[in-house]
Amino acid sequence: MASLIACPHCGPRPKEEFTVRGDAGITRPEPDAGADAWHAYVYLRDNPRGRHREHWHHTSGCRRWLIVERDTVTHAIYSAVDAAATGETA
Amino acid sequence: MMAICFHGDPIMRYSAFSVFLNALRGNRTWQPAWRSPVPKTHYDVIIIGGGGHGLATAYYLAKEFGITNVAVLEKGYVGSGNVGRNTTIIRSNYLLEGNNPFYELSMKLWEGLEQDFNFNAMVSQRGVLNLYHSDAQRDAYTRRGNAMRLHGVDADLLDRNTVRQMLPFLDFDNARFPIQGALMQKRGGTVRHDAVAWGYARGADMRGVDIIQNCEVTGIRRENGRISGVETSQGFIGCGKLAMAAAGNSTTVADMVDMKLPIESHVLQAFVSEGLKPFIDNVVTFGAGHFYVSQSDKGGLVFGGDIDGYNSYAQRGNLATVEHVAEAGVAMIPALSRVRVLRSWGGIMDMSMDGSPIIDRTPIDNLYLNAGWCYGGFKATPASGFCYAHLIAKNEPHETGRAFRLDRFARGRMIDEKGVGAQPNLH
Repeated sequence: MASLIACPHCGPRPKEEFTVRGDAGITRPEPDAGADAWHAYVYLRDNPRGRHREHWHHTSGCRRWLIVERDTVTHAIYSAVDAAATGETA
Repeated sequence: MMAICFHGDPIMRYSAFSVFLNALRGNRTWQPAWRSPVPKTHYDVIIIGGGGHGLATAYYLAKEFGITNVAVLEKGYVGSGNVGRNTTIIRSNYLLEGNNPFYELSMKLWEGLEQDFNFNAMVSQRGVLNLYHSDAQRDAYTRRGNAMRLHGVDADLLDRNTVRQMLPFLDFDNARFPIQGALMQKRGGTVRHDAVAWGYARGADMRGVDIIQNCEVTGIRRENGRISGVETSQGFIGCGKLAMAAAGNSTTVADMVDMKLPIESHVLQAFVSEGLKPFIDNVVTFGAGHFYVSQSDKGGLVFGGDIDGYNSYAQRGNLATVEHVAEAGVAMIPALSRVRVLRSWGGIMDMSMDGSPIIDRTPIDNLYLNAGWCYGGFKATPASGFCYAHLIAKNEPHETGRAFRLDRFARGRMIDEKGVGAQPNLH
């Protein structure tokens, strides 16, 4: 992992302040979406070798949920934006 | 004399006598332990991944099930992945129904392995101790020990004084986490990990399996809903059955057939210290944090802790985790504070959604999956290979590997040893 994550609210901060949640590509299905949709939501994950979008929480900072795009091979971070700004929910 | 020291083909059977005989010949007549064959155009079975599990699978396919027209494709060299990157611990101290008989099968195979594949893997049943630090943890370990005994596995609950006699250097009076005792499995221990890869590779090769190194699978060819072969860095190779054993790269391979897995890849670090005189006789794990340590025959302390926690395909980790592991180690053994770490390294773990592995068929008829070993794959190597070979040969799961189904998540049959739910970086 890169040492710093550039939080859109707090600026570049040590990555130890953040907590990773994982794959940001999954969205919570409707309650009646059916077993397959819920299985996919709870258990299946994108796990790419290379660019990956993830939810990170700035636990020891602004406590905002972020979407961080980074590389799982080089650990370089491309972008970090507030999750609410993208309109996505988990 | 030749009949004694040769095994019927040019590869010499290893024994004290062959060491002696080769010494007399000036060690000029040793043969390579396995061949470096050019891939054939077609195999009955191709195994993707020449790690411990892939090689063990090939070995048991040939030895137990008589299937020898097999290729193991390894993108690097044998021993370059997790089989050469772990902390070499073996144990079968599991609680849950699906896990316990499987890991005990593995332990029994470890106990006979060196005779079985005629290779010195330095299997050392030095005992594994899990320390407990509270009444609640003692109760949990009592429960686990009882579950083990009900499955016929050895388990002993040790009190504080017994542990103190065995391991006087532990921080028994730690203010926050005093050591109250330990759950011990005497038959647990360590095995020389490289030798496991080499022994299985040699044993498989001896029985006709082609081990093809530096051969990366880049695509999987499908015809009429079945797998017909794999595209590789050494060209197309056809197969009757395709078996994945790609560990941390399982997703990368599954993506080639558009199969989404309940797996994330994470990096786990391990460490070895400078050589010290013998002082840790067993494998010891900290109950108040994640830390496990043993001492190698060369004197280095081999230890590790938690995964770094974020998805990674880089075989290297982060300093924050190094610090965390060191803190846990010093909390358990204060004398470690002056030990210098010689080197550290990382391996990529296929972390599953319940912390347990998958050995199963897939929606594609002749494609098989072996994945999700999290960071407990090394101890499982023999049983994983055995059960996977059974599945490939007979198209039916082996009875002790039956629980490790791919569809268990959809069916609510999780095997969650730690009870933390569908969050891979917590297992």
